[in-house]
Amino acid sequence: MIVVAALAVLLPFLGAVGGLLGPRSVRWAAWVAVVPAAVSAVLAAWLAIGRARVSGTLTLIETGSLPISVGLDVTELSALTGVLATVVALAVQVYSVGYMRYERRYRSYSAFISLFTSAMLLVVYAADLIVLYVGWEIMGLCSYLLIGHWWEDRANSRAAVKAFLVTRLGDVGFLFGIFVLGFGAGSFRIDDIITRFPEMSPATLTVGTLLLLAGVAGKSAQAPLHTWLPDAMAGPTPISALIHAATMVAAGIFVVARLFPVFAAAPGTLTVLGAMAALGMLGAALAALAQDDLKRVLAYSTISQLAIMAGALAARDADAAIFHLLTHGAFKALLFLCAGLVIHRVATNLMSGMGGLRRVMPITFATMTVGFAALMGLPPASGFFSKDAALAAMGEAARGGVLNTIFYGTALLTVAVTGAYATRAWLRTFFGPPAVTADDHHTGEGPATMLWPVVVLAVPALLLGFAVLTPPHLGTAVLSVALSLLGAGVVYAVWRRDRVRDPARLLGPLRVPFERAFYVDTVYSTLFVRPVWALARLVVRTDDTVVDGAVRGSGRTAQGMSGLLRFAQNGNAQVYVSGLLAGLLVIVIGAVVLG
Amino acid sequence: MTTWTGWLTVALLVIPTLGAAGLFVLHKPTESALKAYGVIVSGAALLPAAALALTFDYGDAAAIQHELNAPWIPGLDLRFHLGVDGISLPLVVLTALLTFLCFVYLLGARAVGRRRELVFALLVLDIGMIGTFLALDLLLFFVFFEVVLIPMYFVIAIWGGPRRRAAAVKFILYTLLGSVVLLLGLLLIWSQTGTLDIVALAGAHGAGLPRGVQIVAFIAVGVGLAVKTPMWPLHTWLPDAHTEAPTVGSVLLAGVLLKMGTYGFARIAIPVLPDGAHAVAPWLGAFAVVGIVYGALACLAQRDLKRMIAYSSVGHMGFVLLGFATLTPVGINAALFGNIAHGLITGLLFFLAGAIKDRYGTADMSALGGGMLGRLPYLGSLLTFACIASLGLPGLAGFWGEMLALLGAFQPAPGLSRPLFLVFMAVGGLGTLLTAAYFLVMLSRVTHGSPGPLVPTDGTDVRKYEYSAWVPLVLLILLFGLWPKALLSITDPAVQTLLGAR
Repeated sequence: MIVVAALAVLLPFLGAVGGLLGPRSVRWAAWVAVVPAAVSAVLAAWLAIGRARVSGTLTLIETGSLPISVGLDVTELSALTGVLATVVALAVQVYSVGYMRYERRYRSYSAFISLFTSAMLLVVYAADLIVLYVGWEIMGLCSYLLIGHWWEDRANSRAAVKAFLVTRLGDVGFLFGIFVLGFGAGSFRIDDIITRFPEMSPATLTVGTLLLLAGVAGKSAQAPLHTWLPDAMAGPTPISALIHAATMVAAGIFVVARLFPVFAAAPGTLTVLGAMAALGMLGAALAALAQDDLKRVLAYSTISQLAIMAGALAARDADAAIFHLLTHGAFKALLFLCAGLVIHRVATNLMSGMGGLRRVMPITFATMTVGFAALMGLPPASGFFSKDAALAAMGEAARGGVLNTIFYGTALLTVAVTGAYATRAWLRTFFGPPAVTADDHHTGEGPATMLWPVVVLAVPALLLGFAVLTPPHLGTAVLSVALSLLGAGVVYAVWRRDRVRDPARLLGPLRVPFERAFYVDTVYSTLFVRPVWALARLVVRTDDTVVDGAVRGSGRTAQGMSGLLRFAQNGNAQVYVSGLLAGLLVIVIGAVVLG
Repeated sequence: MTTWTGWLTVALLVIPTLGAAGLFVLHKPTESALKAYGVIVSGAALLPAAALALTFDYGDAAAIQHELNAPWIPGLDLRFHLGVDGISLPLVVLTALLTFLCFVYLLGARAVGRRRELVFALLVLDIGMIGTFLALDLLLFFVFFEVVLIPMYFVIAIWGGPRRRAAAVKFILYTLLGSVVLLLGLLLIWSQTGTLDIVALAGAHGAGLPRGVQIVAFIAVGVGLAVKTPMWPLHTWLPDAHTEAPTVGSVLLAGVLLKMGTYGFARIAIPVLPDGAHAVAPWLGAFAVVGIVYGALACLAQRDLKRMIAYSSVGHMGFVLLGFATLTPVGINAALFGNIAHGLITGLLFFLAGAIKDRYGTADMSALGGGMLGRLPYLGSLLTFACIASLGLPGLAGFWGEMLALLGAFQPAPGLSRPLFLVFMAVGGLGTLLTAAYFLVMLSRVTHGSPGPLVPTDGTDVRKYEYSAWVPLVLLILLFGLWPKALLSITDPAVQTLLGAR
């Protein structure tokens, strides 16, 4: 069975190698992209259905300190997350054949997706934290390469660099967290850490988990390291669906859930997580309300939804968090792929250039409606059940303290804002008068390779909620649906008065701060980016004038000294004899006086 | 003591020596004959290195193997003592390989003036470099260490860029000054112990050397090695030398010469002078992490591609020195791993920078403009690969050295201040972030965007001879990145013995 897990990880990797180094044909590239993804999806599903825990170690690497065990360990959680990753990856690979095949660089594009799939599966199945970290960083690289896919545009290049650096900042903390927990447990094996955490001191646990949290915040785009995700929308839309909505950003939540017993033993860390989540979920939802770019709406919505998962984790309910992670993966991937269809047709990301599309794109309209319903948490869509589970967990925790009550209140407020921004995006895209589109050669909905994945993803987005046989919690369910509809109702009322203008005008003077996401980017730029540049220039100057200046200075001093000595050696016999006599005189006087 | 396979180590030295001597015999050789001659001789020198790696007993990597121990100058009790163990074997192979690849690269390089002299200089350089890693006698080590300087001086001063003279003079004066201090340190060890045998000295673990002497000797030897490494703030010869040196000079300078400095720490300074190392380690660590951050910041504001890669070496060698400073097995493993990784990756980077300079006529980033991925997609992709390897991405060789150095700093050797080393670790972590920043900013400037006004005079993408010189490096970077055990399993037993842990 361990071979199955290993194959699931390796096949996409080989697909990536084959795509990059193989023959230069799109057909070949498409095959080596889709087939390994499909086989991996089947293998991942097999592991999930088998439900038996599979683990195995290939080798132990002696480092001179704690050894690294190269191995896989497929728990139930890993198996489920693995299915999510491979299914979405497969859908995206198939979709991309339609979306990207006329791209000049389709080969590298699909190969990077394969590499990403392999890295994600390595994270999910890893038995050792260092091995997990390897996959974790390779995912970051793929994200960088794919955001910068259209590198001709400097803005995309900047977005890619930003995404890599912001997540890497978190990852430095993550690595140190691995050190702390690894040394605490005497092993980097996840299993050993989970079984041995009672032996660790509370300080070790808190410091270790807090450091891990830095990496989680980076990868899962949680405040204060969330700023890279909206910019990451510069990448091709299928990438936004795969990496920046469904899988990679979920990795942070996954890691917390994977190590949940350890986190649960560190109440301080959970409080920090709760605060980060509360801040992120409401802030991002408000930012989503004011964006004009459809993909940025979805990006902020991703930050907000991930924060809800983090909130559930902070409320000590890992199952609810993972449940929402799975349904979110399905419906957010669906929403992005639908957005891709829309963008493919109207050739703009801006909602002001859309409108009235429901008649010309009926399938997209139907499937995207399912996605928005799930996002808003309306029954019977999957998001209703999972969000309900998360909210119920937070409500339960709210009894335990003031802070938790605030977190719960924020979550309920977020539900209302979510209803509002989802409705706004839905109305602006599909209703109202059709906007004039400059690019009209795309008629109809799009090629079948793009429509099929959307239709297939709509099924779990709608029905996944029924897979978990826990009935919804009546109180929170009624409350959240009511709040969501309230938010939707307000937006609808504003929109009805004028179907052309953006309902976001309701926000009044707050609109600009929301659209700029509270100026966090500006603040970071002033506080960190510019000082680093200034420091860098200072170092270059110092290196030239002080450090190297001292070296050159000592060289000049030596030359100067030798110049002084040279005066004595000018070849004039008179000077030599005078010197000789003067010396003799000094010696004689010395002898007389001292003698 | 002398084993029958000791002749392999001698062959490593004799082949380039004969090759260099043979150049005098050749009568008015043609350009192409000299090209082939260089490849054949360095290829022949690669064979004993490969044989060494194949016949090495990996089960006993801590022991000196393929040993040769013969009297050299009996009056002074100097011995010609050579051998390899898990610490030196990877470096010996790396040196032979990089020298060979440089000659392969020279196959395609356009008209090089005085090619016979260049081949001669590179072969003499090869003798010095290999000898340094093979020597097991303090004075022999020093002799080889010095032999390297002269050919490198000529390589920079004759085949370098427009300001080559000044750079070459600075290089030789600075490193000679370091060597003087190193020699004083070595003589101090000799005067106190009465032996120059590195194996015996390392086996004694500092027994018979008073602590004060050890500290003085460690500082002297350490400063001498640190100039070569280079350690901040003794690094300023490096950017000039690299910027002006021809491509093969840069590759060997970064790929091998810098390693001679760090190798000295692992071979001599730390095992022979353990108490001295213990006393100086916090200072070494401090200079190392300052170098990491300083080097990274200097790279961030650099305009010249070759100069930037040169400064990146200061940062990377900072990680290597940090590994040594922890005095733990994991830290020294990290340093040795980082050594090899840096040799492969920075060697590749300098090859690429040279190729770019050949094509565009400049390595100034703002002059290059951008859009290299559009104009020269394969060259741009290889540059991206090398930069990503250099910034320490897991799965490529650069990661393990840095990660393990930080791991060593997390739990330094007993007796060293843990809080201090935790600060070093945190600063080093910051350094990895800055390292990523300058490489990505550079890639963004040079490879992304639409092509600038500067059109390469030579618009062909990667050529065959370039592939043949670079692909082995790419493969090794991948191998050690994906399978770090390949290197760690060789160095770890030797390191454990060296620290007296086993």
